[in-house]
Amino acid sequence: MRHLPAEPPDFFHRGPTPLTRLAFFGLVSVVLLFADTRYRYLEPLRQVAAVVLYPLQQAAQIPGAALAQVGAHFAAQRALVDENAQLKRKLVEQGAAAQGFASERQENERLRALLDLKGGAAAGATMVEVLYSGRDPFTQKLFVGKGEEGVVKPGAAVIDAEGVVGQVTRVYPHMAEVTLITDKDHAVPVKVERSGVRSVLFGAGTGNLPQLRFMAPNADIEIGDTLVTSGIDGTYPPGLAVARVASLERDTGQVFARITARPLAGVDRGRYLMVLGETASPPPRPEEPAETDAARKPGRGKARRP
Amino acid sequence: MMLLPRVPPLYPARPEEILRPARRWFIVLTLALALFGNLLPLTGLALALRPDFLALVLLYWCIKEPRYVGVGVAWFFGLLMDVGDATLFGQHALAYAVLAYAAEYFRRRVLRFPLWQQAAQVALLLALCAALVLLVRVVGGAPPPRWTYAVPPLVGALLWPVVSVVLQWPQRPARSTSEL
Repeated sequence: MRHLPAEPPDFFHRGPTPLTRLAFFGLVSVVLLFADTRYRYLEPLRQVAAVVLYPLQQAAQIPGAALAQVGAHFAAQRALVDENAQLKRKLVEQGAAAQGFASERQENERLRALLDLKGGAAAGATMVEVLYSGRDPFTQKLFVGKGEEGVVKPGAAVIDAEGVVGQVTRVYPHMAEVTLITDKDHAVPVKVERSGVRSVLFGAGTGNLPQLRFMAPNADIEIGDTLVTSGIDGTYPPGLAVARVASLERDTGQVFARITARPLAGVDRGRYLMVLGETASPPPRPEEPAETDAARKPGRGKARRP
Repeated sequence: MMLLPRVPPLYPARPEEILRPARRWFIVLTLALALFGNLLPLTGLALALRPDFLALVLLYWCIKEPRYVGVGVAWFFGLLMDVGDATLFGQHALAYAVLAYAAEYFRRRVLRFPLWQQAAQVALLLALCAALVLLVRVVGGAPPPRWTYAVPPLVGALLWPVVSVVLQWPQRPARSTSEL
């Protein structure tokens, strides 16, 4: 009787069974998910993977860019002339406004100095190009290049010609991620331009208009009111247009009114955006009395991402 | 007749046809191309219709070449996808790992059927993958997506016959002269 070999031939070596592998990788995934949602430990790892992915991401831009170039080549001369005339008209209009703006700004600064108020104007701005819109159906994000100077910082406000688009939330070596004001986890402190009522505009996710929550049913707000940033958070400079009130339900049976607002900026269109420089940070929050601090449970409740 | 290169035909391989083993570089190349397809800057309708190319190609290789592409490779490409989409780290990784396991579990059954019947089973597998991503996000507190979320797995399944024919093409022996 022949002895069977103690070891199976090399052909049959396949390492751990698929189920073992699945258990291992599944566990690692769950740990990663947990670490990412709760603690954000993984940013360095994400940076490394982003560098690996960067050439492929750049290559993926090429077909679209080439198509756009071909389209531009065949654009009718008539359309270009029209557009040129329109842009010139716009330039003159805005030039006139800008001249007035300079003197008004000086005046405003003098008044602020007289009243001893802290200024909140942005220090500078960087033009960036949108690389692509986020593909995740659960969040509202954009990816932008870092611009010429590459000085985009996390937390910076992003605007276009019409209004606020969002905020830089992550900065990769060659690009930056912008969370739009329509994202579910995004909030912008705003005030009603007409009446000065302060509120916070919360994003509501894909396909829904942002909402103004926690407004009393009798608050001084009407459909068509423009919401501008209040500048209270120190992230968005004050006075940027954000949205226009689109619907309003005052149900006195409810504690709060139901208000939605349509973003003014081309949140889901447009190719060029401005990343604003850092705003003057407000003085630190005064410390709260010790007994209330102890009464509160720190770290409880869902942390809102910036 | 002699001048014509002997290229394999562009229709699905018949069951009696014996395919050569796939080359590793070809597998890596197709996976990279699929990742490229997922990274294309699409918007609007194109984005709503775009299937998960990477899941589709991973599924193909998990079914056809389980010795080269399995749970680990799928998991790794899932991580890259997470970074490309700026989603939660590990969400696609988990979904693709489960997809690879399911593919390995069902591969003999799937291979028994003609291509269009395979597509129906692939639709279920891709839907499983999408459902896992959905589960992770909803547990993480995201609002449920719109109904269009169910479209990409179906488009992916419709593409399955095309993907199968294209990906098995280099493995097919050239047509023998006796057939001509």
